[in-house]
Amino acid sequence: MGLDKLLVIGAALFCCGLYTILTRRNAVAVLMGVELILNSANINFVAFSHYVSRVIGGQIFAIFVIVLAAAEAAVALAIFLRLYATTGSVEVDTADQLKG
Amino acid sequence: MTGPANLIFYALAALTVGSAILVAILPNIVYAAVALLFSFAGVAGLYVFLSADFLAATQVLVYVGGILILIMFAVFLSNRISDVKLSNPARFHWQAAFLCLVLFGVLSYTAVSTAFPVKPGIVYLPSTAEIGELLMMRYLLPFEVASVLLLAALIGAALLSRPEGGKGRAADMEEPK
Repeated sequence: MGLDKLLVIGAALFCCGLYTILTRRNAVAVLMGVELILNSANINFVAFSHYVSRVIGGQIFAIFVIVLAAAEAAVALAIFLRLYATTGSVEVDTADQLKG
Repeated sequence: MTGPANLIFYALAALTVGSAILVAILPNIVYAAVALLFSFAGVAGLYVFLSADFLAATQVLVYVGGILILIMFAVFLSNRISDVKLSNPARFHWQAAFLCLVLFGVLSYTAVSTAFPVKPGIVYLPSTAEIGELLMMRYLLPFEVASVLLLAALIGAALLSRPEGGKGRAADMEEPK
């Protein structure tokens, strides 16, 4: 237990999410990496709020991050379904129709 | 924190980080989604250790119960079911692994070596009532903006996922004559 251990856990989650985003070609897997990164940021907010700050503003911020993540996941799912209907796959490399 | 609490903390940390690593490396995307479930549950357990009881419940409700179901829907709706192997192709393995390991080293070193001004006497108090009061008083404007954002996301997702042309267009939704 301690602030540094929680920050290391947050860093590990962030790096796993970053690796997922960098390597995966399936858009849904990229979305999973984004969710991992948002969770790591949340851990840091709540850990600093618990160990350093005297108010619980960090928890409020984490709640807003969760709200944003939920909205983002819903819109991303809709975009993926549309992409699948248009191109027949959800691989991020195939969505290059806007490229000049 | 001593004894069993310490043990539970390390078990939760191992569950969270181990599942996150599985999300990053598992080749089957359904298995990756299930590993993501355990990672989110571990994060909810960590919130309990940080006296964030309301946030832990919210994490279980929204992430484990909501976002993960959405991700599963996306997985099953965007792969051909006839494909037995729900593939999850990857690339740039070595470059990405190198970058992430270096970044993890830098972040961990910074976190461990920095002397944060930790307040003396950590206390564990229920936070739900305080969060409710703060949301209704000091953070009322962000709260209302978040509700507008959720409404916009709802309408946008419904609009985007509607099939193109034919059924579902606005013209078809008028009263039948």
